[in-house]
Amino acid sequence: MPEDTDGGVGTGVPDEGSHRVTIPVTSVSVDAPQFKIAAKNPRRAEMLAGAAFLLGAAAFAGFGAAYWQNYSNFWLGTTLGLGFAGAGAGMVVWGKYLMPRGPFSEARHSLVSTEAQREVFIEDFASRGKVAIERRGFLVKALGLASGILGVVLAFPLIRSLGPLPKKSLYKTAWRSGSYLVDITGRKIKAGDLEIGGFVTVFPETDIGGAYSQTMLIRVDPPSASGYMTPPARFQPERDTWAPQGYIAFSKVCTHAGCPVGLYEELTKQMLCPCHQSLFIVSDAATPIFGPAPRPLPQLPLYIDHAGYFRAQDGYNEPVGPGFWERGND
Amino acid sequence: MIDSLFTWFDDRLGISGSGRKMLNKIFPDHWSFLIGEIALYSFIVLLATGVFLTLYFVPSSKIVIYNGSYAPLRGQPVSEAFASTVDLSFAVRGGLLMRQMHHWGANIFVGSIVVHMLRIFFTGAFRKPRELNWLVGSTLLILAIFNGFLGYSLPDDLVSGTGIRIAFSIVLSIPLIGSYMAFFLFGGNFPGDSIIPRFYVLHVLILPAVIAALIGAHLGMLVRQKHTQFPGRGHKPRNVVGAPMWPTFIAKTTGFLFLTTAVTGLLSALFQINPIWLYGQYVPYKVSYAVQPDWYMGWLDGALRIMPSWETVGFGHMIPNAFFPAILLPGITFGVLQMWPFIEAKLTKDYTEHQILERPRDRPKRTAFGAAVFSFYFVLFGASATDVLANYLSVSLNVVLMSFRYLAVGVPLIVFPVTYRICLELQGVPRAGKRKRANVVVRSAEGGYSTVRAEERPGDEVPEMDPLPLDEDVQYVPALAGVPPGGNGAQEELQPAPIAPSGDGRPRGGIFRIPREYR
Repeated sequence: MPEDTDGGVGTGVPDEGSHRVTIPVTSVSVDAPQFKIAAKNPRRAEMLAGAAFLLGAAAFAGFGAAYWQNYSNFWLGTTLGLGFAGAGAGMVVWGKYLMPRGPFSEARHSLVSTEAQREVFIEDFASRGKVAIERRGFLVKALGLASGILGVVLAFPLIRSLGPLPKKSLYKTAWRSGSYLVDITGRKIKAGDLEIGGFVTVFPETDIGGAYSQTMLIRVDPPSASGYMTPPARFQPERDTWAPQGYIAFSKVCTHAGCPVGLYEELTKQMLCPCHQSLFIVSDAATPIFGPAPRPLPQLPLYIDHAGYFRAQDGYNEPVGPGFWERGND
Repeated sequence: MIDSLFTWFDDRLGISGSGRKMLNKIFPDHWSFLIGEIALYSFIVLLATGVFLTLYFVPSSKIVIYNGSYAPLRGQPVSEAFASTVDLSFAVRGGLLMRQMHHWGANIFVGSIVVHMLRIFFTGAFRKPRELNWLVGSTLLILAIFNGFLGYSLPDDLVSGTGIRIAFSIVLSIPLIGSYMAFFLFGGNFPGDSIIPRFYVLHVLILPAVIAALIGAHLGMLVRQKHTQFPGRGHKPRNVVGAPMWPTFIAKTTGFLFLTTAVTGLLSALFQINPIWLYGQYVPYKVSYAVQPDWYMGWLDGALRIMPSWETVGFGHMIPNAFFPAILLPGITFGVLQMWPFIEAKLTKDYTEHQILERPRDRPKRTAFGAAVFSFYFVLFGASATDVLANYLSVSLNVVLMSFRYLAVGVPLIVFPVTYRICLELQGVPRAGKRKRANVVVRSAEGGYSTVRAEERPGDEVPEMDPLPLDEDVQYVPALAGVPPGGNGAQEELQPAPIAPSGDGRPRGGIFRIPREYR
């Protein structure tokens, strides 16, 4: 301690008998240039920071007014943003230009412990650990058994109970033999309802709006002599009667990642999935010719009943939508 | 007053020692070190705006008839999640601003994490002893991306709902366990009723808690190991040079918090983001054009689009097409990313400790490799806009797609050697990146020309100084003899007071001269 001071400003020694305590002033060297503030023109820097703060204050007040008067998001956002911008700019100018310019340094001591310290740590851990574990193999195994059973058992509330097993629900939709084709309002579709090139999203009447049952009914051609659209050679004769009167129906669930394949271009007879742009040729059993889709869209076999309504001969003959591990080549 | 307050705490916690260390903690000064701060402060903005949103958002898939203030949707069946988000936008005062600041804040959050990660990568800050921090940081990136996806899916609108459908298919594509994982996550087959409430819990509670804890670990390690620094005057591996915590860094960083909030607020005021009322309620049989995810998922969407239509089927099982771009690619991406410090240590056979950063130009191979890999993901990100690009450039979708397939391979192959050469060139140029002094051509009276080096411009001459140590083991002596009590009122002028030299040669004198006494 310096011997010629016994109190006064900045000594850190409280004056006896008074409540005045002075803050000790840490110091290194009184001449050190690092302690000069950074600004060459402190007045200007202070005015800049002050202006920024005042602008911020005005903007915050503006925010208050805008909120009170329920102005639009534009005014709420600009006032709030300018308020923070002013406050922030002021703080940054203050911190950069009106504080000691530095640089200062501190030591970066090695974090690595000495060999001796490490040995002591390992020794403490191992020696007392040894006393606990030595010849207690049975206890360790018993604890292991209990923890193991807890681990297995916890999988049930934490994982298994989250949802049902998939079982066969990915294989079947709600389409059945005889299901009517209805649109989203529930109206049954008749032959003649669509123009050539027209299409509509249809569902079975039992599952209107269903994510997996959604089907695209497209009128491709005028009625033909045979009464049915000819399927591609590899699907003859299986699909000979699936597309009556120039109407054809495919699953709307893209076989790539499940988006609804909702676009149809009549000129090229192509369905386009808007998500990743897979193209399916309708006249070739919705085989993908472009984009990442790997498999054709499943086709719904149709017939027209005696009242003229479209109905499904059966459900889809394969799982609809994107693939999964279990389905193999179904 | 400060004195008695401090004493009250010190009596109970004994904080003067560690407190002083904290006050004198040094923060190296480089603009690129601020990027991590942007990430931290945008997280705070997310927390604050997010709390506001949780007070009004209803995480339920139950269908209600919308009857709020947005007329075009009146009478439409929508989920409560969607309806509450529309109400937040139009009926809650300031709600739209909070929604916008939250969404923009999330974009800034992920973006700043990516840029910060690039800074760490290109300057070699991930090397020993900071590999652990790199692991924590790259995990934070994954969690931030995932939480962002969960967050923008909560309003249950048509665009984000399509993304959820794709996410279900991606989980489904995992071999062996995919169908089980998808059904457990969704509480059944798609779409079910559980996905919005579950996303909500993950987005609001679980992931923010994990992210906050990891940020704590990230900063804790930073405090313990201290920040790295570039080479410079007085910079040594065994010191840290920069500005002290008090008062400089606290002032600057508080300002930076305000500025980050300001930018988020101004973006929210001026640029509309996620107008879900225009998209409508999600239903699984409807879809729109130009359905892209948020930008940080763009590389995944682009990969899904440009992937050829391969699918593996054999022995009664299938590895679906979506597995390769959406599970395998991210798996490899994040795997290599997390393991990078160890990979590089092995490749360079360098297992020593590093506290000084490298300039990217001084490690041309690493810089070129990083640039090439980043360009690959940037091409994938661009590929997520194939349909929009085909529309705006009036080019066929076929051309756009094939171009991106070639670009995904070709661009990195070009970026690598170009970046390498640029690094080598920069190494050779003296004072590259610093302002040059002009040579001014002067004509004499006789008519001859000569060149004269220009004057230094104001601000160019920032004299560099040696750093002044603020360590606890340097002896400090408080002294301000000759100063009148109360000080002389001057704030800026730090005039040295005349002080007798101390007998033992230790430094004497005063800095932050307090002109007043504190009672």
